[in-house]
Amino acid sequence: MVSRVRIKDHWAEQRMFLRRAIAAGVIMALLVGAVLVKLVQLQVVRHEYYLDLSQGNRVRVEAVPPNRGLILDRNGVVLAENLPGYQLELTREQVPDVGATLKALTDLALVDPDDLDRLKRLIRSRPLFEAIPIRLQMTDEEVARFAVRRHEFQGVDIRTRLTRHYPFGPIAVHALGYVSAISEQDLVRIDASQYAGTTLIGKVGVEASYEKQLHGSPGFRQVLVNAQGRPVESDNPLTKDLSAKSASAGNDLILSLDIRVQRAAEDALAGKRGAVIAVDPANGDVIAFASVPGFDPNGFARGLSRADYAALEENIDRPLFNRVMRGAYPPGSTIKPVMALAALDYSAVDPSQVKYCRGFFTLPGSSHRYRDWKPSGHGWVNLQEAVAQSCDTYFYGVAQILGIDRLSTFLTKFGLGQRTGIDIDGEKPGLVPSREWKQKNFPRESVWFPGDTVILGIGQGYLLATPLQLAHVASLIAARGTTFQPRLVTAVRNAHTGEMQRLAPRPSPPVDPDQTDRWQRVVDAMVAVMSSAHGTARATGATATYQIAGKTGTAQVFTIGQTEKYNEEEVAERMRDHALFISFAPADKPRIAVAVLVENGGHGAGVAAPVARKVMDAYLVPETPSPAPATPPS
Amino acid sequence: MIYDDLQPSTARRTLTASAHLLGKLRLDGPLLLGICATAVFGLVILYSASGENLALTRGQFLRMCLGLVMLVLLAQVSPKHLRMAAPWIYALGVVLLVIVAVIGDIGKGAQRWLDLGILRFQPSEIMKLAVPMAGAWFLHERPLPPDLKLVLVLGLMVLVPVGLIAEQPDLGTALLIAAAGVFVVLLAGLRVRVIVAVLALLPALAWMGWGMLHDYQRKRVLTFLTPETDPLGAGYHIIQSQIALGSGGVFGKGWMNGSQAQLEFLPERSTDFIFAVAGEEFGLIGLMLLLGLYMFVIARGMYLALQCQDTFSRLVAGSISLTFFVYVIVNAGMVSGVLPVVGVPLPLVSYGGTSMVTLMAGFGILMSVHSHRKLVGS
Repeated sequence: MVSRVRIKDHWAEQRMFLRRAIAAGVIMALLVGAVLVKLVQLQVVRHEYYLDLSQGNRVRVEAVPPNRGLILDRNGVVLAENLPGYQLELTREQVPDVGATLKALTDLALVDPDDLDRLKRLIRSRPLFEAIPIRLQMTDEEVARFAVRRHEFQGVDIRTRLTRHYPFGPIAVHALGYVSAISEQDLVRIDASQYAGTTLIGKVGVEASYEKQLHGSPGFRQVLVNAQGRPVESDNPLTKDLSAKSASAGNDLILSLDIRVQRAAEDALAGKRGAVIAVDPANGDVIAFASVPGFDPNGFARGLSRADYAALEENIDRPLFNRVMRGAYPPGSTIKPVMALAALDYSAVDPSQVKYCRGFFTLPGSSHRYRDWKPSGHGWVNLQEAVAQSCDTYFYGVAQILGIDRLSTFLTKFGLGQRTGIDIDGEKPGLVPSREWKQKNFPRESVWFPGDTVILGIGQGYLLATPLQLAHVASLIAARGTTFQPRLVTAVRNAHTGEMQRLAPRPSPPVDPDQTDRWQRVVDAMVAVMSSAHGTARATGATATYQIAGKTGTAQVFTIGQTEKYNEEEVAERMRDHALFISFAPADKPRIAVAVLVENGGHGAGVAAPVARKVMDAYLVPETPSPAPATPPS
Repeated sequence: MIYDDLQPSTARRTLTASAHLLGKLRLDGPLLLGICATAVFGLVILYSASGENLALTRGQFLRMCLGLVMLVLLAQVSPKHLRMAAPWIYALGVVLLVIVAVIGDIGKGAQRWLDLGILRFQPSEIMKLAVPMAGAWFLHERPLPPDLKLVLVLGLMVLVPVGLIAEQPDLGTALLIAAAGVFVVLLAGLRVRVIVAVLALLPALAWMGWGMLHDYQRKRVLTFLTPETDPLGAGYHIIQSQIALGSGGVFGKGWMNGSQAQLEFLPERSTDFIFAVAGEEFGLIGLMLLLGLYMFVIARGMYLALQCQDTFSRLVAGSISLTFFVYVIVNAGMVSGVLPVVGVPLPLVSYGGTSMVTLMAGFGILMSVHSHRKLVGS
């Protein structure tokens, strides 16, 4: 190939540039011409129209909020719905003096004086043309009080809007969560145009974590308003140019909760402080999720006064606290089945060999006595009997043989010390201690003591787990090593088409699923807890029509001195032990796994196990006649 | 009068003196006049648009002065030196853009600014001038019109910074820089058949570009096509600015009398939507005056480019002038509803710091290539 050598031709370049500059000039003139044509159309041809819009008669764009999706339980019982209610709304562009208007509304007792600062900030943060709710869910009497003075309040009006209603009140509140007024913090993270016209937003629980599904997207309507900002009648010739678009409703959510079982759980805990969580081991579906005491979420949707909120916040029983997934407790003896599995896994004990329990354990070369809950001792026990009778001495020994490194590895494998991955936000990870952890957090002690390991064997010491994690452990044993991330929402239903989209269960990594004999051995031991002659929960297990596998636990809240005797009566109520229980049933083909925690409840066997039994009965024993959808209380 | 030639009038003497001064400062009188007239009109509009905010207007005036100083300084640098510096400035700009992108990645958020402690600036501003300069430098010694290989290399030189800036994401600036680069190639004489081919490929490119856009940018394009679909969000801007323009009519409502602007119906009234304020208060007449001033500045810029005797100067000057036009048309088109809402300020009028200085620096380069031509020419 012969390449032609090209040389620079300045003269030709200059001519080319001139041609291009002329072309550019023509194109620029055309573009400017196009803008000018548009300007003439706006400023000359349609001048009158736009002048009308800008003066007096203005088009106000009104958002049409979407209907929030419903929340249903697994049988289709409505847990959260939308009911019409009156609310007071203020549109800033039409209010001459926001401060004076709010003051006047305060005088009418329609606005809480404590709320003024918050409202002023909220009003300032939203667009001028938007109607901002300043009072939610007004009573008929309040509506009447405003209606007679309405003419004095330019830019303020009463509107009928759908508000959130929870027919069962406090039941399942910690799972469902609640909605309440959009706050300034919410405004930072949401797309404000998607929430135009919307008053409420999910704050915690399913309502918050599934906000995107539930919310939907708003529509709009152009309305003609006069100089006072009130809508003009539709015979005005300008209204023909108005347009509208309907809102698209949010999706309905189908939960795995069974409101009947949920109720049984909350009834069983009534008057106590604690948590019950029941999951289906086959897919991680949460059947019941109770943290007691709860509170009425309707108050939040309605708008709580500052005093009411403070009362909830400062209540010593902490009703706002989600004990199921945010409360971390020492698991106590409920950890023993896991310890037994660890012992088998590392071949630390021969399961058939018996050991002698004399009521306490001592480390070699130390006189410190680690006491058994039974001062006289359990005598000769093998692994199964040690679980059934909850022999502490046996598991002190197991923990000592295994050592902290293997223990913390094994406990972590069981999902402890990390979030279970439930589909609502805010879960706490609990704690599995290790040498490194202690070094970091107790730099002064710095070393891991053998004694720290020993008490880990009975679920005391640094080990902390949430009730949700304990249910996860129970479910893992029930399913013999396979496991799922717990979930509350099982399906999403399109509000328009009715089309149901089922969500697939989310498996977690399995734990030694092929070691069937080890799993069976531990399940048998847990069955023995419920049914053997010395089983700690035999009173609960004996009367059931199905076979339960369980483990009781009693977690110390404070440490007893070496020589003191522990007298329940003398200990202040809040210093008493936490009662715990993990279980599943039927033992051979588990359909439900339950974890129970009763704060300061005393003994796991006496207090926590009966609670789990009631929940299982509600789920497993067919009721006759078939359960009608529960009628909501007024 | 007979003695005119012998006794020049005072006015004429002043004129001669100022022409002499301008020559000494290497400035082009008509261009400087056009810029200053536009800037003064801009300050008048801004004072009203800002709600008679004197402090804000004074700040804008000070930045204009800073820009003018920049202009005069750059006018003193010979095009030869500008040309030699061009590749280095370009390389520096790319490095800074990469640093900004990396910091943004770590900070997990949009990142445009580089914070040097005492100085905070957007590296993309450097690129507005570095890209046309580097393009012109690249073509300076080479035979024109450029063959395909050269065009591809040039395309890469433009795409790297444009891609980095579009990722920030700053669509408006990316668009302006891409335009500056494209103008260099077009003015160098890219063959007509290549231009036609690219135009034919444009729909395919648009489809690819669509995939790379952020959600909010797609929304802007969709809102542009049908603004009435989103009157609560992006459509609100367009609806309100059209009401402002339309209600202004031919003669306008008068300075500081625009109800749309003064009652804050118009969003971003002192920045991106200031053209609507001008339209509401000074009417069609005022907008035509403003557009006329812009066209004069652009025409003078192109004229100066035509006078240049070397490739580098000609291409840089032409590209800067045409890019200035893109500013104007994109903003005016956006506000009047002819083009989509892209965040490009109205040059010399919108409130804002860095872009003002960059604009003035660009004009400084124009002055430089114009005034040094006799020295460079052979």
